[in-house]
Amino acid sequence: MIITPSIIKVGIADLKITKAPNTLKTSGLGSCVGVVIYDTTHKLAGMAHIMLPDSAASKRETNNAMKYADTAMDILLEGLKKQGANKFSLKAKMAGGAHMFSFRSENKMLRIGDRNVDAVHSILANFNIPVMAEDVGGNKGRTIEFNIETSMLEIRTVNSGIKII
Amino acid sequence: MVRIDQLTQTHLDILKEIGNIGAGNAATALSGLLGKKIDMTIPSIKIVDFNELMEYVGGPDTIIVTVFLRIQGEAPGTMFFVLSPEETNSLVEQLLGNRDFRAEEMMEHELAYSAVSEIGNILSGSYLSALSDFTSINMQPTVPALVMDMAAAILMEGLVEISQESDHAIIIDTMIEDGENSEHSVKGHFFLLPDPDSFNKIFAALGVLDK
Repeated sequence: MIITPSIIKVGIADLKITKAPNTLKTSGLGSCVGVVIYDTTHKLAGMAHIMLPDSAASKRETNNAMKYADTAMDILLEGLKKQGANKFSLKAKMAGGAHMFSFRSENKMLRIGDRNVDAVHSILANFNIPVMAEDVGGNKGRTIEFNIETSMLEIRTVNSGIKII
Repeated sequence: MVRIDQLTQTHLDILKEIGNIGAGNAATALSGLLGKKIDMTIPSIKIVDFNELMEYVGGPDTIIVTVFLRIQGEAPGTMFFVLSPEETNSLVEQLLGNRDFRAEEMMEHELAYSAVSEIGNILSGSYLSALSDFTSINMQPTVPALVMDMAAAILMEGLVEISQESDHAIIIDTMIEDGENSEHSVKGHFFLLPDPDSFNKIFAALGVLDK
């Protein structure tokens, strides 16, 4: 049987899990962070497009759990486990967490990009998942695509071309 | 507390009127600046989730030129003035007489950058002052920031405050258009996105808050 590779698109505050030869893609990361957790043995990966660092800071209950770093990572890891991923061979790559508007960066509470990146780092550390590569910060929007076959993350920006990590 | 799913036709009509008044004032300002007739569309109100908002502007990857500002005061919110790169080109051409300008170079082109910023500044300022007068609500804009990048990257950072409370945004969209010259027209969208708690203030100020 021939499997045609398809690009699995991850929306904002969304997450998807798939296997090679498919790729995972999310577009227009600004202060949001795109996290990929992958298992090279099983050629399995999941990507989350995270908007906010902490679900506990939310004022309402009806929110989408995939929006926050903490809850999205729980859902992602649970899903990967269900698909047969080995907990001990999981690795991560991430991109995003930019500041699109310079004037906002004066107030630390408003540096949402940094806070998203920090939150993802500490959650991954808690689960003992190593971050193999990252492209975070700056003031550019990013579109990312993860190739599960090669474990490479392609990052596109408007002015600086394509970078592969 | 009026929730998004409880908005009545009257509420929506009021939000449209707000878009009308704000953009009308901004169109007058632009008309004075360019010495031209400026048309505007009837405002549309959209209640969208974040992914729908990206589709509304042409997809998350679409490159847009945006003047962004936060509204502070009694009814906080976010405002964007959005142009496509082509529209930015014709705006710069009309302002500076520079025919070879390309929006891609805007960040390096100091004069064009400050001209477009200033237009955004004037237009959003006239939009907000009309709104503030109409509602008697005190609204202070932050210094506007001009950015050209992917739509999702820009718009989502402006929606951080809204996203902490809601998965939907109410967007009041009005388009102004240079009505004389269809070949080099300048079309700009005003997106006004009040924070969730601000709707009550706006409705109360206009005397339509259902008890």
